[in-house]
Formats: sequence, C-alpha cells, structure tokens
Amino acid sequence: MIFYILRRLLGMVPTLLVISFLTFFIIELPAGDYISNQIAALKATGESSSIAKLEFLRKEFALDRPFLERYLVWVGLWPGPHGFDGLIQGNWGWSFEYDKPVAEVVGPTMPLTIVLNAATILFVYVVAFPIGIYSATRQYSWGDYGFTFLGYIGLATPNFLLGLILLYFSNRWFGLSIGGLMDPQYIGKPWSMGKMMSVLGHLIVPTIVIGTAGTAAMIRRLRANLLDELHRQYVTTARAKGMREAHLLVKYPLRMALNPFIADIGNLIPSLVSGSVIVSVVLNLPTVGPVLLTALQSQDQFLSGFILLFVALLTLFGMLISDLLLAVLDPRIRLGGRAVS
Amino acid sequence: MNEARGERAAMDREKSVHYVNPEAFNPASVETLTPEQERYYQSSQWKIMWLKFRRHKVALWSAVILFLFYLNVPFAEVIAPYTANDRSNDHLFAPPQAVHFFHEGEFVGPFVYGQTASIDIQTVKWVFTEDRSKVYPIRFFCTGSPYKFWGLFDASFHVICPAEGGTLFLLGTDRLGRDVYSGLIYGARLSLTVGLIGVVISIVLGMTFGGIAGYFGGIVDSLIQRIIEILRSLPELPLWMALSAALPVTWSPVWIYFGITIILGLLDWPGLARAVRSKLLALREEEYAKAAVLMGAKPSRVIAKHLLPGFTSHIIASATLSVPSMILGETALSYLNLGLRRPAVSWGVMLNEAQDITVIVVYPWLMAPVVPIIIVVLAFNFMGDGLRDAADPYK
Repeated sequence: MIFYILRRLLGMVPTLLVISFLTFFIIELPAGDYISNQIAALKATGESSSIAKLEFLRKEFALDRPFLERYLVWVGLWPGPHGFDGLIQGNWGWSFEYDKPVAEVVGPTMPLTIVLNAATILFVYVVAFPIGIYSATRQYSWGDYGFTFLGYIGLATPNFLLGLILLYFSNRWFGLSIGGLMDPQYIGKPWSMGKMMSVLGHLIVPTIVIGTAGTAAMIRRLRANLLDELHRQYVTTARAKGMREAHLLVKYPLRMALNPFIADIGNLIPSLVSGSVIVSVVLNLPTVGPVLLTALQSQDQFLSGFILLFVALLTLFGMLISDLLLAVLDPRIRLGGRAVS
Repeated sequence: MNEARGERAAMDREKSVHYVNPEAFNPASVETLTPEQERYYQSSQWKIMWLKFRRHKVALWSAVILFLFYLNVPFAEVIAPYTANDRSNDHLFAPPQAVHFFHEGEFVGPFVYGQTASIDIQTVKWVFTEDRSKVYPIRFFCTGSPYKFWGLFDASFHVICPAEGGTLFLLGTDRLGRDVYSGLIYGARLSLTVGLIGVVISIVLGMTFGGIAGYFGGIVDSLIQRIIEILRSLPELPLWMALSAALPVTWSPVWIYFGITIILGLLDWPGLARAVRSKLLALREEEYAKAAVLMGAKPSRVIAKHLLPGFTSHIIASATLSVPSMILGETALSYLNLGLRRPAVSWGVMLNEAQDITVIVVYPWLMAPVVPIIIVVLAFNFMGDGLRDAADPYK
C-alpha cells in the first residue's frame, strides 16, 4: 500500500510541472504585464515620477526576463533577483492589485474553498449512494421514476443558474439572503461554536447547488452498474440458496458496483471544482472563486496564476484520494496486477 | 401408392449420391425475410441510425424543439418584435405585458393593455400600472421597427409587432428599456451557434490527436494519452475564465465571439480524442480492416474507407453531448463579464444584468434567459442520448 501511494505521488510530479507551465503560459497570454501596463498608463497621462519605482518593481519580480526564465523563477527552479525564491520555496508571489503577498490575499479563502469542495464531494457520495441502490433494486417503481426525473432536471440545470434561482426563491419565500458564508455578526470574530454552526448552515445551499448535477450523474451510473450486476447468475444462485435479500445485496453485487462508483468521482471532481468557482461568485462566497475573477480582470498575474494552480491541485488531490480509496477497495489495483498472474 | 414411394426413394438415393443442382444457390431461400426486414438489412448505416433514432420518442421531440430554437438563428430579425438594442426610454424595467383576448367581455383577439409609468419616490423605482382603457391589439405579419436583415438589407417586416403607438413587451424590459423577449430571440443567434462552432473545432482537434495516437501507437500514443489525462483533470471553467480574460478588450464583438468559440473547443477535445483513439484501436483489429490491409490497401485508404465510417456516427453522437456544456460555458463567461459584451447579445450577456440580488428580487423577468438555456441543454442531452443509442445499430 505504501509503495502504491509513493508511486502515485511520484507520478504526480511531472503532471504538476506540466500544469504549472500551462497555467503560467495562460496567465502570460495577455499583452504585457500588470506593471508595464501601469507604466504605459502613467506615460499616457504624462506622469513620470512613479515610473522609476515601477521599473524597479519590474526588476524585483523578474518581469523583464525572457518567458522561460520567468516561469522557472516563478516555480523556484532558477535563481531570481533574490536567489531561489519561488513556489517550491513557499513564496507564492506578489499581488499587485492588493499590494500584498499572494499568500495573504488567498490564504484566508483557501480553507473555505477546501471545506466547500470536500463537503460537496461528501454530499454527492452520501446522497447518490442510497438513492442509486434504491433506484436499482426497485427498478421502474414510482420512486425510481421520480429520482430519474429529478436527476435529469439536476443534470440540465447549470449550477450557477440554479444558484440564481435559489437566491431568488429563498429571498422571496423566506426573506433570507443565502449569500455569504456566515452571519454578518460573526465576520471578523475569532472561531467559536456559534460561528462554526453559522458557517455550516450557510454551506448547505452552496453544497446542494454545486453537487446536484454530480449527484444526478452518480445516481444514474450507480443504478446502471448495480442493475448489470443484479441480473447476473450468481445473484440468482445466491437467492435460490435462500440468502436474505439485504445480505445478498451487500455481500456481492454492491461490492462489484462500488468500484466504478468510486472511480467515477475522480472524473466528477474537475466539474465540481469548476462549479464551486462560479457558484461562489454568484452566491458571493469568500472562496478563491471571486478572487480569481477580480485577479483575471485586473491582470494581477501572480495572484490568478497561483489560484489556477491551487484549483488544479485541488482536483489532482481529489483524484488521488479517489484512487487511494479504490486501491483500498480493490487489491488488483493496489498490487498492480502482480497477484493476478 | 406403395409403388410410388418406392420409386421416389430410389430416385432420392440416386440424387444423394450423384445429383447436383445446377442452379445458383440463393441463401435467402433458406430463411426468408419479410419485406420489412429486408429493407432494414439492406439499408445503409445512416438509414438504420435514423430508423433507430426515430423510435426514441423523447430524443425525436428534443430534435424538433432544437430545430425550432435554431430557426431563430437565421430569422431573428423577422421573428422578434423589436431589435435587441432598441431602447424605449419611457419603459425602463417595465414588467411583462400579459396577452389578453377579451376586453370588457368582448372578444378582440390577442392584445395588450397600455402601461403608464410613474416613479415611486420612496423606493426610487419605476412603477408601472396597467392602463385598462388603452387596448393595443398585437399585429401579425406587419411592418414595425426597422432593422438591417443579416446586417445587409434594410427591412421592417416582422412576424409580430406592437400596435401603432403601443408597446409589446412580452417579457418586460431591462435597465435601458430593451425588450427582453426580442433579446432572447437575438441572443439565440450567438448562444446556439457558439456550441456548434466550438464542437467543430473540438472534433477536428480530437480526430487529429486521437487518430495520431490510435494509428501510430507507441511513444506518440502514450505522450498524447498523458496530455489528455492532464487536460481532463483540470477544472474547465477557471481555465476558460483565464483564457477569455486574455482576449484583448480592443477586439470587436465578432472577434471576441470567435475567440470564445476557439477557447471552448480548445479544452473540449480530450474526451473526443480518447473516444476516437479507443474506437480506432478496436476497429483496427476487425477482420474487414485486416482483410483490407492484407489485400494491399494503403493506410490512408484503410483509414478513410474502412475505419472512418465505423466511428463517425459515434463521434457525432458524443459531440452532440458536448454542445450543451459549451453553451453553458459561454453563458457563464458572459455572465461573469469575461465573454461577450454589449452590443453583442447572447443569453449570458442578458443574464449579466441579473447579477445583483436586489435586481433579481425586484425585476425577476430579467432571469428569463434561464428558461431557454435549460430547455436547450435538456434537449441536447436527450437528443445526444438518442443519437448515441442509435449509433450502435446492431446492438
């Protein structure tokens, strides 16, 4: 098991390098950089006093170097103006817009982002699992039809529109605002039990909004997988031998259907993270989503680059966890095919 | 009788040893097919696909609905009562006008009542009251507000227009007094085509990379596989956001539109490429493909004549399923102000006005684009499901 985890972790290194290069390439796509644009703006207004300072900043952040060098400095594989000082060394860069280190800007929003995404994945598992089993074992019952119908609606309604609609109805029917992540009275206060509960309460709606589409997809898949298994002969045999139905279900077909169920969540995670970004903007949640949006709009390149990388890392870790779960479940994967031969 | 039987037996014996029927053997004579079956077995692959697709009622109706939606694309100017950017300064944030048929117990045909606007000083809000004395019958096939058809010809013919001197805001108006209903029809133009062009780009890329990976195999294959894996593990929306933020602000709406479609297609191809690759690998092992190779067909002929027809239907089906995600992508980007901007009109651009919770609560009709988006996405999903089932005609 330890070898498997190590192998998976090592496999992530080249992936991370490719992803970091890709994000850096994307954030460098717009013409110029934050500072040179400012210099141009200042020159246009005829002001020249602060240009020297900006030129200094350009040197300070190695923005005057060629592309490849800039990338390596950013990652921390090449000595910048202050020696090796990049992502690997723990320096996440500087946010020009906020005039603060990126770590200070993004730092407070990161735990909430992770909590929100983890809660969504948990929600998908917890809701899809029983409903999927129910739909498969009671195929073509009213409940099955109901859930299938709900699932289609959930799949088709884009999550940020769902967020908008919920925003409208919750305001109209209950007169409450579901935006934000905690009651206003707790903002800026130290963590306490009350604050925890408030955050949890505010997490419910975004979790449902982000998770609905994924849950619908998972229900459909678990239902299909389980139905495949339920029609196998070993099920009939076990039933003929007098095994109790519930025991039978848990003992054989469910185990077989569980594998794709866990593996599929890995495919779902990117779309869940995508959803969390835009739903956060719509519902005004203090996650990395709104910060990313403003950073992109103002071309605050180190900030947006770091957030893109963080979001990509989040999906990679989600996939890693789903892979590890799969390995725990399935010895064939854990042992890398050695036991089979 | 006995005699006859004996004779025949003797003849049979004779036949079984020496007799050979000189006539050509027709295999169809062994198991006869009904004319219907015969037609089915002899029809082309596409015909079978269509027969199979037709049986999927929900998918068929979805296709019809989509066709109706797509009618708006070429004829938006004619169908909409106003143009998308016509402003009515007396009707800012006007609520939808209900269509009535009876005025004071008398049948008038479809008409709307007039609206009188006043300002509520306390809430600083426009208040519209229905003026029951003014009856504005809706005109059909009429001349109304002038427009440039396809931006080329001046015209003023509409299928539906407001009464002379009256207004017709079926879904209300927005902040600048623009008709929301007309906006929806014009918006269909960009919102519905964005996915199609994006999918074409995605198919071209997917076929190329998938084809290269599947055909050459080896190092190239594993390299492309790795790239696909990485791209698939990235969350799409943040990348779309970053890429469209990189589009220069100085670009005209047309260029932005093409930029967005390219961005949407650029990140969508890995799924298709994977499908192409696995299909290609499977088909390469089929007997007929091997036979073609053994008979000395060149690789290009094998691919084009024997392999391509085998999986184009699959590609089309799975491409259909990725159209809705692109439509949603454009909507999300425009909603976030990173995609299209006015004067271009798409459903996402229109939703951009519904950003504020107060706007949503006070002027709920601004959320109207949500409805066509959901319908189109649902219809594409159902149609894609039907196509995917139909693409496997022999299953």
